[in-house]
Amino acid sequence: MAEHTIKAFDEDIDRLRGLIAEMGGRAEAAIENAMLALQRQDKTLAAEVVADDRRIDAIEAEVEKLVIQVIALRAPMANDLRDVIAALKIVGVVERIGDYAKNIAKRVPLIATNTRTLEPISLLPSMGQVAGEMVHDALNAFAARDPELALAVVERDTVVDDFYNSVFRTLVTFMVENPKTISECAHLLFVAKNIERIGDHATNVAEMVYYAATGQTLPERERGADIQPED
Amino acid sequence: MTEEQKSLAPANPKMTARDVKVFYGPKQAIKGVSIDVDMDNVTAFIGPSGCGKSTFLRTLNRMNDTVASARVEGEITLDGENIYAPSMDVVQLRARVGMVFQKPNPFPKSIYENIAYGPRIHGLAAGKADMDVIVEKSLRRAGLWDEVKDRLSDSGTALSGGQQQRLCIGRAIAVEPEVILMDEPCSALDPIATAKIEELIHELRGRYAIVIVTHNMQQAARVSQRTAFFHLGELVEYGVTSDIFTNPRQERTKDYITGRYG
Repeated sequence: MAEHTIKAFDEDIDRLRGLIAEMGGRAEAAIENAMLALQRQDKTLAAEVVADDRRIDAIEAEVEKLVIQVIALRAPMANDLRDVIAALKIVGVVERIGDYAKNIAKRVPLIATNTRTLEPISLLPSMGQVAGEMVHDALNAFAARDPELALAVVERDTVVDDFYNSVFRTLVTFMVENPKTISECAHLLFVAKNIERIGDHATNVAEMVYYAATGQTLPERERGADIQPED
Repeated sequence: MTEEQKSLAPANPKMTARDVKVFYGPKQAIKGVSIDVDMDNVTAFIGPSGCGKSTFLRTLNRMNDTVASARVEGEITLDGENIYAPSMDVVQLRARVGMVFQKPNPFPKSIYENIAYGPRIHGLAAGKADMDVIVEKSLRRAGLWDEVKDRLSDSGTALSGGQQQRLCIGRAIAVEPEVILMDEPCSALDPIATAKIEELIHELRGRYAIVIVTHNMQQAARVSQRTAFFHLGELVEYGVTSDIFTNPRQERTKDYITGRYG
């Protein structure tokens, strides 16, 4: 894209995009580490995820400040305006994604070691990986202003939803058969729900990226029910 | 015209231009511009210096007639009537299509006389009382009445720049025009005086078809509902103002409004 006649405008935009790239990278790492901590029952790593969330919150505040400054001083127009508004909305969503990862990490010490043999534990990392990749791709799409990549993220949300339905059924079955596991299974249910929400938020980011890149909003999608009814 | 431009065309345009070309001697300044000017919306012409926006504006009331080397081709209509037809009375045309210029240019006469001059030569007032009504009404519409009502015999040139410009707008209004053309009406004014003119444009919308040429894109965004972007004598894009400023279709428009031009 051609440069602005006023160079300081480009510097502001570059800084904004740099901050969002960092924030996205940190949110992605938080999801990955939270899932790793859960799998390995690693309380130290879980505590790190919780502590690192502060930096994500700080970046959100920094971006908000910068966006207000750019609007006030540069009066961005057209694709610049769409970019800046998308940046403001994206950081709000990525901050929530960070919170979900933090919430998963906080549950690690509450889940007893023996649950490692539970089947859902083996499903959750793959589910987390898909959600993490969606976050990664959504932010890459923003960096590259790539509407096709954003569209691919939106379409992948059903994978996470399907995972969630599968985990939900498995956990309910477990709880019915082994009432002693209810406490652990309840935590795992929340973990699955958090990952499912991360997928939804990554989808929202992708929709904002699509609008920023093209000026068109995506048509409303058919959204499946969160929980498929039992047949 | 593209489909998009067609859909923008008002059902009953006040003025239309079809394939308008303007030459200054051998040099072509306007290269086949077609556009409809809507009665109910303010239309802004934007574009870099030398893009032809002022030249094109001046074709709308035949101001280019005063430039010896200028030649206009194509068709321009006002209420369906070709304004370049030999039968068109140019003095009458300029009363119907008034103009406000970049630098306020009041006559070196009293405030009252500045307004009364036009109606008098066009025979719009029956007598002194009638003229008083026209002067007050015009100054009120121009948002200047309260500031000058106690000193109507003071010279128009003694007013501040912003007041002078509103006096010139009042003078244009006094002859009951149908269209008002404004050629960078605020470029010599400070931000407060500018805001008053912009508010005035907003109030005059609907009563007159208004076309404004401006270098200030923010001003186009603030005062207009339709924006036309000119570049190198061509009409590059014409659309709803909010679309032009959030999602322009043409690369050249985008580069210009985002500050990436040239």
